[in-house]
Amino acid sequence: MAQALPDCCDGCVRVADEADEGAGRARRAVEAVWRIESPRLIAGLTRLVGDLGLAEDLAQDALVAALEQWTHDGVPANPGAWLMTVGKRRAVDHIRRDQTYARKLEQLGRDLEVGASGIAPPSSDDVVDAPDIEDDLLRLVFTACHPVLSAQARAALTLRLLGGLTTSEIARAYLVPEATIAQRIVRAKRTLADRHVPFEVPASDELPERLGSVLEVVYLIFNEGYSATAGDDWMRPALCEDAVRLARVLSGLMPGESEVHGLAALLEIQSSRLLARTSTDRGVVLLSEQDRGRWNQLFIRRGFAALARGENLANANGRPPGPYLLQAAIAACHARAMAPEETDWPTIASLYKALVVQLPSPVVALNRAVAVAMADGPEAGLAIVDELAKDDALPQYHLLPAVRGDLLARVGRYREAAAEFARAAEMSRNGAERELLSERAERAAEVAETS
Amino acid sequence: MRYMMLIKPDPDRFPEGGPSEELMTEMGKLLSEMTKAGVMLDTAGLAPADEGNVVRLSGGKLTVLDGPFTEAKEFIGGYALLQTKSQEEAVEWASRFLRIHGDEWEIEVEVRALQEAPDTQ
Repeated sequence: MAQALPDCCDGCVRVADEADEGAGRARRAVEAVWRIESPRLIAGLTRLVGDLGLAEDLAQDALVAALEQWTHDGVPANPGAWLMTVGKRRAVDHIRRDQTYARKLEQLGRDLEVGASGIAPPSSDDVVDAPDIEDDLLRLVFTACHPVLSAQARAALTLRLLGGLTTSEIARAYLVPEATIAQRIVRAKRTLADRHVPFEVPASDELPERLGSVLEVVYLIFNEGYSATAGDDWMRPALCEDAVRLARVLSGLMPGESEVHGLAALLEIQSSRLLARTSTDRGVVLLSEQDRGRWNQLFIRRGFAALARGENLANANGRPPGPYLLQAAIAACHARAMAPEETDWPTIASLYKALVVQLPSPVVALNRAVAVAMADGPEAGLAIVDELAKDDALPQYHLLPAVRGDLLARVGRYREAAAEFARAAEMSRNGAERELLSERAERAAEVAETS
Repeated sequence: MRYMMLIKPDPDRFPEGGPSEELMTEMGKLLSEMTKAGVMLDTAGLAPADEGNVVRLSGGKLTVLDGPFTEAKEFIGGYALLQTKSQEEAVEWASRFLRIHGDEWEIEVEVRALQEAPDTQ
């Protein structure tokens, strides 16, 4: 495999010698194992030592050891167990040092705070085989997504600890410098320590809200990739893949939670459209214009399966479907239509009606307006949008004037439509979308002139 | 990124009676692990090659062949479609799949990325 020298001129290349190639391949193999095993490793070690930051350091030690040994001997038969053994050994050493220190302090008659979370780590004597590692993973999920952290911090920490992404990978995904992400993660861990966030799954009375925090993080990560707000890339598919994978992991960890399946269903179905959503010459392709033959039917089927699981659970518990389940059902309606004309808008409109109760946000109300317009005519939709515009509920949200513009055009009020599209274009922070909206403004203005 | 795993046991060294009960159990466990890791998209074993058909275009002529097939050709026992961050990760899962097989098995797995256009990175 040829590798170009970094500061090369004249396009000269150096063919990597066999040793380099082998080492590179070995390193990538170890990194692949790390991606698979690091969440469990960190989760198990955190429960052991009672401190997430320390656990990550211990896990990193294990990784370094793996890089050293596996590059020579190859990846072992059970790499997860290997890493955990090394990690635990280091943890035990650390606890012993702590205990020696603790004993010394005790002798001096001082109180000792053991572990940043206030949970006393087990003595080195009872470092036995971990109980179900999935419980630890779940604890890690709720810790990384703790509401004491900002949404940004939660996302970075989740991608790092649960997604197994490196800081560099996360930075590239968010188009920010690596140092920014590194700092974000350091500060997040410090906050968790300072606020003594316990390493636990929330109690059942807290669970719905805390679960909401978790799902929100994964959804935000997906959305960051699906509809980039900054820059000129409409989508960053790698981030979508990371998010949908996290959603699947959550489904495995919390199979009894209907909203978890709802989120997974929503992301699988939205993922199905990734290829149809972009085109090399036009940048972005709206749902109504996508080539549905390019929708990935495997993902759609997976989405339907997750949706069914979620709906069955909600029914079994006698509870109405939650917001993610409703959004997934809406996405499923679209997915069922082989062509835009076949879309079941009345069902979508009624799903939005239920959704706006669960998520009384102006954004949801706007989406409902769009559906109502399709089901009952543009005037009906316009009535809802006008209310929102009147309340100035979404002052910075470019989609409000965009939708209003669309509905105005449909009822023949082209001059007003052009003005709204132009406003929307100005407000949009995405290059491809801005272009699209400007185009629509021009076209509406043209029609207004000629009619 | 998505990767296809083509599972290719050596037909001449295929154990009598196919996968043992223990192997089936281990495969079930690995499948569950891969599902929980969020990487397994789809997987299936394929019916014996002799029960399949071969449809061939050669020299402008289309032929449909029934098994059994005497010609030596690649034998695909099953497939798995994975979604992983890198090819190395897909290879690691393929390695784990092969590791659960006993020494009596002669088997290989081909791991190939799906060609997705436009460029997803």
